[in-house]
Amino acid sequence: MASPLKCDLCTNPATVHLTQIVNNKVHKVDLCESCAQAKGVTDPSGFSLADLLLKASLNPEIPSSAVRCEQCGFTQNDFKKHGRFGCPQCYETFSSLIEPMLDNMHKGTAHAGKVPEKALERKSLHDRIGELESNLEDAVKSERYEDAARFRDEITQLKQAFEPKSAR
Amino acid sequence: MTIASLLSSPSELTDTASSKSAIVLMTRIRLARNLAGKSFPGWAREAQRTEILSVCREALLSTAPMKRSANAAVSELTDLEKQMLVERHLISRELSGSSAGSGVVINKDQTVSVMINEEDHLRIQVLRAGFQLKKAWSVINALDSELESRLDYAYSPRLGYLTACPTNLGTGLRASAMMHLPALVIAGQMEKVVRAVNQLGMVVRGLFGEGSDASGSIFQISNQTTLGESEEAIIKRLGSVLESIIEHELNARAKLLEADATKLFDKIGRAYGILQNSHQLTSTEAMNLLSLLRLGIDLLVFPEDTRATIDRLLIEAQPGHIQSTAKHDMESNQRDILRAARLRTEFATFAKPNFTINGHN
Repeated sequence: MASPLKCDLCTNPATVHLTQIVNNKVHKVDLCESCAQAKGVTDPSGFSLADLLLKASLNPEIPSSAVRCEQCGFTQNDFKKHGRFGCPQCYETFSSLIEPMLDNMHKGTAHAGKVPEKALERKSLHDRIGELESNLEDAVKSERYEDAARFRDEITQLKQAFEPKSAR
Repeated sequence: MTIASLLSSPSELTDTASSKSAIVLMTRIRLARNLAGKSFPGWAREAQRTEILSVCREALLSTAPMKRSANAAVSELTDLEKQMLVERHLISRELSGSSAGSGVVINKDQTVSVMINEEDHLRIQVLRAGFQLKKAWSVINALDSELESRLDYAYSPRLGYLTACPTNLGTGLRASAMMHLPALVIAGQMEKVVRAVNQLGMVVRGLFGEGSDASGSIFQISNQTTLGESEEAIIKRLGSVLESIIEHELNARAKLLEADATKLFDKIGRAYGILQNSHQLTSTEAMNLLSLLRLGIDLLVFPEDTRATIDRLLIEAQPGHIQSTAKHDMESNQRDILRAARLRTEFATFAKPNFTINGHN
């Protein structure tokens, strides 16, 4: 017999063979007894889906280019190593890696729960103030004082809404 | 308030007044939350972690439920304190082993605890004795909304709350119940139940979560998925799974009584005898014996008002809690002697078993 299949995680002969269908593509994972045990494959209660799906997604179907998260410097290899992301921005950076995994991991792929209304409101207000402040600066620089006064008033108004206590 | 004084005051789980449920010992809900634009704790540098800890802590202490609370950096806690907090389900093993910049804030009655810089920036947890999923959700939802007015959460309209691990994405919600299922264990049906529950998208674990054993026939059942469903839908789904497990446990008890009541009462009677008279007890053995007595209460062998004592002892017989009653560090076999002594004292005045009440003898 030719050399037996080796475990994908170590060099021992593989005795556990898993076939998964992810996004209509067949992915095969071959593991030795001890890696299978360690990954919880043989234990129906502790099945770590994320790890295995990740393993599957590392097959050449998905380009494993050296993309790096701009925000935190995280790479796809780091995800392979840790099984967790580096920062919230990583979900954008690695969307092509993560999105196919979500379908198998969860009930759906779109959020259907709570929305942090207050946080979002505050963020949009914050963004608007930042925008107005840069407008104000430009207006002052180019000596458009009427515009500048308008921007200033709007900023004051928004800031009052932002911090109601100071409106006394 | 310090963690030390918190640990010596009555809590939701050890307070004798608050034991309410026969099969569901306690319900918990946790929410995973992160701050926008900040690296997750496992990837952040120490300086960032320290900054996140202080921002989160400040926001937490200004919320209504945490006005009277104890808070500490993990590095300030002794090993024993950490262990006791784990035994009370107030922090995770992962947090207790974490590096600089992690912390915890716990309210006075120990129903709300928030871990900072565990796997996520915030792990908010609300715990209630008994089967109280809805109550736990309303408390945690209010606290989360209050926090959100002070902190910028990492959130995407499409993916929901962004978490370090994609398995918590979306709602970031894990609801769980601690269930006492001795009859299903005795009848050898637990494996079947685990499989069925898995198929319904729920996970069964041991008493202390992932990888822990189910000593005392106590299991944790929780939702596996967090994305694609609303919080209420997840909680409702878990609730109905719990109801059906309760039904199976009750059926298994009825069958055990019908088939061989003598054998079952023999187990309970022997457990009572050992608890009253033994001189060396490991925590696993103590848990299993206490579990049988708890079953005895459900079968009316012991009066209902003894349940609170058993539930308290299920926590107080844990290694950290036993160690805390001693003056100096002990080896585990010395703890086993102390545990047995402690239980002998408790059971010297415990109600006598009454095996005739069910019409059996």
